[in-house]
Amino acid sequence: MIIELGHFSLILALGLSVVLTVIPAWGVQTTNSTLMQCGDSVARGLFFFLVLAFLALCYAFVVDDFSVDYVANNSNSALPIHFKISAVWGAHEGSFLLWTLVLGAWIFAVTLFSRDLSLDMRARVLSVLGLLAFGFTLFSLLTSNPFERSLPVFPQEGNDLNPLLQDFGLIVHPPMLYIGYVGFAVPFALAIATLWSGRLDMAWARWSRPWTNIAWAFLTVGITLGSWWAYYELGWGGWWFWDAVENASFMPWLVGTALIHSLASTEKRAVFKTWTVLLAISAFALSLLGGFLVRSGVLTSVHAFAQDPQRGMYILVFLIIIVGGSLVLYAVRAQGIKSNTIFSWSSREAMILVNNLLLVVATAVVLLGTLYPLAYEAATGGNKLSVGPPYFNAVFVPVMVILFLFMAVSQRSRWKNTKREVLLKKQVIYVIGSAVTATLLIVFLASFKPYVLLIVTIAFWISLNLLENILQRVKRRHWQWSAVFTQSLSYYGMLLGHLGMVIMMIGICCTVYYSVERDVRMVPGDELALGGYQFKFVGVQKINGPNYASDQAEIIVTYKGKEVAALFPEKRLYTARGSLMTEADIDPGIFRDLYVALGEPLAQGAWAVRIQVKPFVRWIWIGGLLSALGGFIAVGDKRYRRLRRQDAVDLPQNLSA
Amino acid sequence: MIMNKSLIIPLLCFFLLIVLLWRSFSLEDPHFLPSQLIDKPFPKFNLEDLHSTSRMRHVDDLVGAVSLVNVWATWCANCLIEHPVLEEISQNGITIIGINYNDNLLKARAWLDRYGDPYAFHVQDKEGTLAIDLGVYGAPETFIIDASGTIRYRHVGVVTERVWSQKLSPIINLLDGGS
Amino acid sequence: MKFGVMKPHRRRKLFLILFLLVVSGSSVGLTLMALRENINLFYSPAEIVSGTAPVNKLIRAGGMVLEDSIFRSENNLEVRFIVTDMQDSEFTIFYNGILPDLFREGQGVVARGSLNEDGVFLAEEVLAKHDENYMPPEVADVINQAHAEPSK
Repeated sequence: MIIELGHFSLILALGLSVVLTVIPAWGVQTTNSTLMQCGDSVARGLFFFLVLAFLALCYAFVVDDFSVDYVANNSNSALPIHFKISAVWGAHEGSFLLWTLVLGAWIFAVTLFSRDLSLDMRARVLSVLGLLAFGFTLFSLLTSNPFERSLPVFPQEGNDLNPLLQDFGLIVHPPMLYIGYVGFAVPFALAIATLWSGRLDMAWARWSRPWTNIAWAFLTVGITLGSWWAYYELGWGGWWFWDAVENASFMPWLVGTALIHSLASTEKRAVFKTWTVLLAISAFALSLLGGFLVRSGVLTSVHAFAQDPQRGMYILVFLIIIVGGSLVLYAVRAQGIKSNTIFSWSSREAMILVNNLLLVVATAVVLLGTLYPLAYEAATGGNKLSVGPPYFNAVFVPVMVILFLFMAVSQRSRWKNTKREVLLKKQVIYVIGSAVTATLLIVFLASFKPYVLLIVTIAFWISLNLLENILQRVKRRHWQWSAVFTQSLSYYGMLLGHLGMVIMMIGICCTVYYSVERDVRMVPGDELALGGYQFKFVGVQKINGPNYASDQAEIIVTYKGKEVAALFPEKRLYTARGSLMTEADIDPGIFRDLYVALGEPLAQGAWAVRIQVKPFVRWIWIGGLLSALGGFIAVGDKRYRRLRRQDAVDLPQNLSA
Repeated sequence: MIMNKSLIIPLLCFFLLIVLLWRSFSLEDPHFLPSQLIDKPFPKFNLEDLHSTSRMRHVDDLVGAVSLVNVWATWCANCLIEHPVLEEISQNGITIIGINYNDNLLKARAWLDRYGDPYAFHVQDKEGTLAIDLGVYGAPETFIIDASGTIRYRHVGVVTERVWSQKLSPIINLLDGGS
Repeated sequence: MKFGVMKPHRRRKLFLILFLLVVSGSSVGLTLMALRENINLFYSPAEIVSGTAPVNKLIRAGGMVLEDSIFRSENNLEVRFIVTDMQDSEFTIFYNGILPDLFREGQGVVARGSLNEDGVFLAEEVLAKHDENYMPPEVADVINQAHAEPSK
């Protein structure tokens, strides 16, 4: 009954999304303010029914209703309750419902936080979002309905959730990722509304900024958590694989990062107007493309959902309508829009231009690598190839290094023009200072590697420039140190965002160059020395979990004779599916992780064991989360609220336009 | 107004992308192969049983109940994938009849010993004559025949849980209810 | 127009265009080079047996793991197994390391590595798939094609 209620709610949501698309748009065309206003309540109704549908599916999981196909395929009565909830988004149908729900939540947020947006603009934005909601809901109902039952014959026991997904990381990672992905729908809708109204002014950029920031921050958290999950759950200690699905989430992130910067210059200086609109469209287009790649089965990946040509075809058509339509609108309506182009090469505008170019190049690199196998297959009529991580590393990393060099220089740049002495003052000292400190640290604490020296030097250099940036602010207040604490939230957000990237950069480079790893055959009592640590294989015992049986090894780690950690990696057999899982055990630390995973049992009681010491690996995720925090903090800036009130004053004037 | 042509560039790039995606997408989709044989009687055959080669099987052996006829082979990688699903289907009381297509008898028996045998019986189609009569495109393929021995549905490709619950099972229920 | 008498904003524009051309040209060139060096083509057992596959070059290869063909070393992690297209072509893969959880006899497998002069495939990586119902599409192709061609 509840399930039918959920199904019905989803159908109602579809109906409301049609209303939301049509009515406010109609209101705009006929300048009927009543019609425009009704967008708000329709949008809230839409969100309400999506929540209802989602809760109904959660309910089916909690009560083990195996007459529902989706539940039977992805749950099991022995599954712990928190995994039953997360199993809701453990496979295609439910995760798409979550995706739709998240869009509903963003639409709801738009109705709450855009009271001051002029009425006609709000109507346009809601109408565009309504169209997206219509596409998502229809997709759910037509091709991936999670509410379908298999009656009258249904299984007594569920097929269980894929063991890989029975994990805390999966409870949080997909929702965060989806909030980010789908969040780019809001700047997208704003961009389309702007093109539609023909008022491509700075107010548009000001409006998009907080929405873009928050979507970007969520996406950052999502990607970071995904990397962390892959690290401990896929079992072998890698944290980024350049897998097609990872790339699918990474491309919107790169473009989103460019968008954040470009929006700032459009708002402050009225430059790059059409370019910024294009970025806003691209960020969302890449999110949709990601959805297509993941769910259509054209790319093979560890993450890919089950293949279904019907779904792929649907998303492809949706992609053509939405993105194609937007780009046509862009080609037509962006004509004649003039941007302010007066800025010097040392200005912040120029720096942001470089930032944008590099990020777009990086995106193109990733896109090329991701789609090349498809192109090759299409050109040769079915021959398959794969593009290895070395390609991405060889091309992507240099682009990033150049980007980070610019990040250091640009910290002091000012809008319009930066005086040479401001930009260059003490830079030579900073570079030399960074290089010397980096060399000393590397030589005394580790071994000398030129690339590590390069990266750590750049990292220190950026940090010094961030400090210099703060100092300049203090100086402007006549060296009142209290100025450090009285800056705007978006300023702190900016600092934190860049600092996070610096920390991530150090983490990535140290992990890549200083990690040590050994695959060994061990019998109880064997010892292995690695990275200064002594690993002793004590033995293996059998244990039982709620829905699995496990071989659990015990490995004692000592450092200079003192015990540091006892690790218990497992090899689990999940009984419902009969699938084997490697559960690694990790002793985490700020400066190093000790990572142990069990391979397969060998003859004579021996086991294959992989042992790794991974320095600074945690800095990757700490950095990512700090950056995201920066994004969240920036949204809280009072300025956005104050400026909104100014807009509200403009409202009558806008209406008459 | 002067047209700024550079604004069309993104649209062109997108168009290229779509062409590529469309191509790679339409490359493989053999799932829709309408059969000439739907609603026609199952073709006649006279072939050895897989387990007792002395016994000949005829089309009469298929008549009497709604059943699934599954074309499989040991060389067919995807047959292994659908195998657990077939096991489940047979546990639900559905008769499954195997056509062992272009295969080696000993290999086929070993395969069944190893992975289980949910089939009521198997026909050995060594030369592929029956498969030709059926218009089989490749293995696996699965036909639904009704109690009178008429082909009512043809599925090309792996029978997954989804195919079973959404396509085959409803048809079987319908045929069962009608008889 | 001579360079020297160009108006400053013109000159700036020229520099911008030159800069963009150099940057985009070189990055496209480098990218394509990197791409060409790092694609791993897939070869079927038949292509490996017949000598179509290149020797000592990083490629991918795969098929079904032959029953009872897995041999492990007694004192380290060396392992070798035979991969087949279920018809006439078979070749041996050598690997030193931990095999993925879903590696089993009679299952599809894809390995990345290189072929040596003796026709033995030295794998650097044996690829794991994370779903037991999932057949690598390369392997499915191999087996279907091998069967479609009349056996020699």
